[in-house]
Amino acid sequence: MNNSRRSFDVLVVGAGPAGIAAACCATQGGVRVGLVDNNARPGGQIWRGEAQNSDVVDAASWLRKLASSRAEILAPMEVFAQPEAGKLATTSSDGVCELSYKRLILCTGARERFLPFPGWTLPNVMGAGGLQAVVKSGMDIAGKKVVVAGSGPLLLAVAAHLRAHGADVRAIAEQAPWSRLIRFGMALASRGRKISQAFQLKKQLSRIAFRAGCWVAAAEGNDKVESVTLRTERKTWKERCDYLACGFHLVPNTELASLVGCELRAGFVRTDDFQESSVSGIYCAGEPTGIGGLELSIAEGQIAGFAAAGRREKAQEYFGERKSQRRFSTALERAFMLRDELRALSSAETIVCRCEDVKFGRLREQPSWRAAKLQTRCGMGPCQGRICGPAVEFLFGWKAESARPPIFPVAVGSLAATACAK
Amino acid sequence: MRAGAYDVVIIGSGIVGAACAWACANEGLRVAVIEADIIGGGATGAGMGHLVVMDDSEAQFALTRYSRSLWQQLARELPDDVEYESCGTIWVAADEEEMEAVRQKKEFYETRGVHVEVLDAKALRMAEPNLREGLVGGLRVPGDAVIYAPCAARFFIERAQSRGVELYLPRVVMEITAEGVRLNDGTVIAAHRVVNAAGTWSPMLTPGIEVKKRKGHLVITERYAGFVKHQLVELGYLKSAHSMTTESVAFNVQPRRTGQMLIGSSRQFDVEGKEVDANILRRMLERAAEFLPGVNRLSAIRSWTGFRAATPDKLPLIGPWPGRENLFLATGHEGLGITTSLGTAKLLVDQLLRRTSEIPTGPYLPSRVPEGVHA
Amino acid sequence: MPKAVSVTVNGAQVDATEDMTALVAILLSGTTALRRSVSGEPRGALCGMGVCFECGVTINGERHCRSCQIRCAQEMDIRTDE
Repeated sequence: MNNSRRSFDVLVVGAGPAGIAAACCATQGGVRVGLVDNNARPGGQIWRGEAQNSDVVDAASWLRKLASSRAEILAPMEVFAQPEAGKLATTSSDGVCELSYKRLILCTGARERFLPFPGWTLPNVMGAGGLQAVVKSGMDIAGKKVVVAGSGPLLLAVAAHLRAHGADVRAIAEQAPWSRLIRFGMALASRGRKISQAFQLKKQLSRIAFRAGCWVAAAEGNDKVESVTLRTERKTWKERCDYLACGFHLVPNTELASLVGCELRAGFVRTDDFQESSVSGIYCAGEPTGIGGLELSIAEGQIAGFAAAGRREKAQEYFGERKSQRRFSTALERAFMLRDELRALSSAETIVCRCEDVKFGRLREQPSWRAAKLQTRCGMGPCQGRICGPAVEFLFGWKAESARPPIFPVAVGSLAATACAK
Repeated sequence: MRAGAYDVVIIGSGIVGAACAWACANEGLRVAVIEADIIGGGATGAGMGHLVVMDDSEAQFALTRYSRSLWQQLARELPDDVEYESCGTIWVAADEEEMEAVRQKKEFYETRGVHVEVLDAKALRMAEPNLREGLVGGLRVPGDAVIYAPCAARFFIERAQSRGVELYLPRVVMEITAEGVRLNDGTVIAAHRVVNAAGTWSPMLTPGIEVKKRKGHLVITERYAGFVKHQLVELGYLKSAHSMTTESVAFNVQPRRTGQMLIGSSRQFDVEGKEVDANILRRMLERAAEFLPGVNRLSAIRSWTGFRAATPDKLPLIGPWPGRENLFLATGHEGLGITTSLGTAKLLVDQLLRRTSEIPTGPYLPSRVPEGVHA
Repeated sequence: MPKAVSVTVNGAQVDATEDMTALVAILLSGTTALRRSVSGEPRGALCGMGVCFECGVTINGERHCRSCQIRCAQEMDIRTDE
């Protein structure tokens, strides 16, 4: 096992918008900055596949800034443990690398929330962001029928992207009712940038059937999805499709923050005005502090980057932008709350934990999450509860527990290599 | 709440408490089980689930052999999620000295009617191709098995409940009194006898019990069916288990029915925290790789810790607690609680009913502890 | 221009590029099921970002590799049938 060591003044984990902003700002403080990400190129999810010459304005300019900054990009590299305070253990194709830091900025982003329904484990049923990510990685979607469903603004962005790549988007099914979406739209109307984004989207989505108060009741097919059953309060119907892109908004990736001891509040990392967590010297920016979208992630990243590099006065310059963007975050949460019908989609036979094939019928007999894990092994597979955890929280109210190493599966030899000889 | 006192109240629904509940119920006793958290939530849910005979002392052998045969008789009735697999154990010898120990073990087991098989280097490699070259041989114990213990504990509780046993969960026992037990909400559960089967918590309820927490680490991998076929243990495991020093690791790898490999083992005294210790983990995994080089390339998906309930003489405490008329113990099983749960339950019920047991009970009696220790 | 590479999926040759993930190469070969779940269900990719492990396949002899995260390389051997 090759073991290497690198050392940084400021280490940023996650090269999405928050991490890119944090790394760029930290370098302006004249300190040595490292930026780790488990994808080969920076961008995270929302800027996946974007380059410095991209049409997406934010992405292009930030990626250029990153490239011309003195931040060292370590990618693809995945953090899996903290052998001791001030060090993170990572793995890559070159083996284990121990990263030392004086200050740590966690920008680990978010993932989609998945909720089970009959047929959701069929091949070609994917997340909304999931299908978009695969298309961005080179999959051809031209001419394919796609239903986009679930909840959240991501659905619109995904539908537009798929359409732009030639997909036949049959419908967008947003579970939130019109009344809440309208209120959300009005909240958006108060922010200039978001209006122009909304108009752009409207153009890209013209003639695609958008249904509010609508959700997938089931997916059907033999060895892959062939149709989905869509439902509203008033009617139920089937829609044939080649792909179902279904995700229910986002949940924060807080596992690394938990592992290094950061306190969570209501499932998000608690931070102070300078984005510092409950652990001195560890900062957190972007979705793990609250699902709030792109601009908020960037603002928080800037604040964390300057603060971690010891430039608090500079960080304060972005407090106003952050405050303004946080209102969007609150509006988001309210608009896309999940409706009760989504709890009643599964039959006893519907698989909830996909790693261990644990069915809904077995889970609902369990008195608690701990009992469920021990008795059924739900949440004990390689995804470490990342997929079924948010589902069982919504279905049963069970809350996730603290993280233990490795926070991603890793070769036994790498796990063994993490402790330095003492 | 039923009228009148229970015959027996059992504190703890780990595999030992659960087995005791079922055994008592089978005798027609009126039983309550009090569980503070979840069934099998202590050492039962953290350990390896290895059903094994041990030869480190006559008393340990008697109890493990007795218990193992009870498991073998029960195997057919066990539900699927208990995952009973009679994969057997191989005690691995790394050098001639250990091979001599293998021969002595064979002698010991065969004179006591336990079927074992000595493997030379070639036979060992054929039995387990992923073991490294250069190992001298081993002792194969075919009657040993592997189970998934939390589901076994639940199964015992369900069987007990079908015979009228009442489960109070979650409820915390604050005090064992002359009347029974007092819960944290003030309720008194009246019982003629109380059984303290609370594992590492047992000394909190019965001061003077010499049970110390002995921390262990485990790692579980993704599915690699066939990577090992038996539970593989190094002979040095016994040195580790017997040592009273602060920390030790020993090679101990188990194939689960799922095809996952469970990698242990470690022992530490005097550590309260549950966090995974990176250095212990490293030592434990490096030790595993010394026997199974290919283990380094398996994907590890989780690591965790647990606490065994350890006694000074390494034997459990089964029987009446001196000085208290109504109090019995079923605790202190260290790393053998899963195996000996069934034997423990039988011995306990025999003592509650003043019956002779199938094996001598003296070595496990709480009264064997020197005087001056009891409250 | 991303560099062209040749990989094999379950023994069959597939033309890919360095920019494509192993997952995309598998899809190009016409395979929909990446693995069988523990109860034998065919499964495809779900999250696309390396957290769900549904896309686990054997790459160059190593099992349980997340194909959505690994980029194609010349002569990469990809197997979904293990």
